[in-house]
Amino acid sequence: MADLVGAWHSAARSRAGTPRGRHIGGRARLRGLLGVGGLLVLIAAAVLLPSLGELDQSKVNYGTRLLAPSTAHPFGTDANGADLLLRSFAGLRVSLLVAALCAAISTVLGSLFGAISGALGGWPDRLLMRLVDTVNAVPHLLLGIVIVALFRGNLWAVVASIALTHWTTVARIVRAEVLSLRERPFIDAAISGGSSRARILRRHLLPAIVGQAAISAVLLLPHAVWHETALSFLGLGLPPHLASIGNILTEARRAVLLGSWWVVVFPSVLLVLTTLATSGLAAGWRDRLVPRRRSELAL
Amino acid sequence: MLSAEGIVVGYRKGVPVLDGVDLHITPGETVGLAGPSGCGKSTLAKVLCLLLRPWKGRLRMDGEVITGFRHDAPAALRTRVGVVFQQPRLAVDPRLTLREIVAEPLLANGFPASGVIGLANRVGLTGELLERRPHEVSDGQLQRACLARALALRPRYLVCDEMTAMVDASSTAGLVRVVREQASDLETGVLAISHDDALLDVWADRVERLG
Repeated sequence: MADLVGAWHSAARSRAGTPRGRHIGGRARLRGLLGVGGLLVLIAAAVLLPSLGELDQSKVNYGTRLLAPSTAHPFGTDANGADLLLRSFAGLRVSLLVAALCAAISTVLGSLFGAISGALGGWPDRLLMRLVDTVNAVPHLLLGIVIVALFRGNLWAVVASIALTHWTTVARIVRAEVLSLRERPFIDAAISGGSSRARILRRHLLPAIVGQAAISAVLLLPHAVWHETALSFLGLGLPPHLASIGNILTEARRAVLLGSWWVVVFPSVLLVLTTLATSGLAAGWRDRLVPRRRSELAL
Repeated sequence: MLSAEGIVVGYRKGVPVLDGVDLHITPGETVGLAGPSGCGKSTLAKVLCLLLRPWKGRLRMDGEVITGFRHDAPAALRTRVGVVFQQPRLAVDPRLTLREIVAEPLLANGFPASGVIGLANRVGLTGELLERRPHEVSDGQLQRACLARALALRPRYLVCDEMTAMVDASSTAGLVRVVREQASDLETGVLAISHDDALLDVWADRVERLG
């Protein structure tokens, strides 16, 4: 019996010693650090590697066509005889650029839309949200294809087609956050203190949603990479001489049937690593940027 | 005079929380408002500081009938009634320092933020505390900042909605002392809401009951 009580006590002590929250926080921090590190390495490689080697994407060299991975070509070569390592990272550079632009544009657009809609409330809010529903009702890819088809082979058309279809998610998240914020007593206190609507939006609501918006932006990044990939894969994205992960995978379709597995595997692995790194970054960032948890614990 | 006449208001359609309530506060006077929890004390407080539009009834401030509430009321009218809420932790933006919290009404109305020091001294906040954020101070200290914020624009009326419910005895005494000084020095009309009858007996000039 005494043993049982002692065991219970020591179990209680060890629970008290390692609070669940701290444990999870530590893991999220590790994920965040891995995400930041991974993303930095990928970005550095995407920026530096293509300019280090000789890569002319407008030339075809049948002599070095579809060579298996070796020390000279660690990722092998593609159907046009270009080094796949250089071409994959050049592609990642374009994909990341497109994705970052899309994420930034949709986040700013969505945050403003959501914040204004939530702050106004009433019928303007209902009207603006029905507009969001209307954009959402059309499949993203379909709407994107229409936009891209109007301006073929243009980098900005690809950016616009993704950004204009993805701001709605951010708008919804931000609006929900603003709706919950504006019911809090500190907003009442600000109104009572003579703050205007614009001042409350600028001083209290927008700073409070920066965390949510930043996380949405980071989560949009891999999604935008995938969207660009999908558009390019369908032949609607970027022109063939401008390598992107999507373009490379489109060309790889035929080569992989001839047994050249590397043309699919290496660019795909880069895509998956980018996705994992950014979602890790988002998880770590959320923990740092949302101070609510900390201050609400003190209630 | 701040007077509520026949106020009917609630949060859900057809379920009034207050059903025909009258209350008058004259400048310099401290009116206590007592009643069990859930009887609508805070709801009446919100109506009086122009944060909640009544369904029926009339609110008059210094002879003027109030028609707009929240942002529909001009800032000059809203700031004529100061308010201190029950839970200081919910009543402040967790991102701002105490200095920024107290300075907010000053800046929002075009006054220099330099007035913060005087206000902080008045409620007993020392300089170093002003640089901290809400989660780094106690409830009592935070409530002092909230009181300083409410007094920043020298309101003619002050609504203290359970101001002392979350703080210890010494902070209660300090907060009440500051409000009483304000009432006598600046002729501020005070509505002191509390469920603590003993406190209202020593604080208020007269006590009204709800519910």
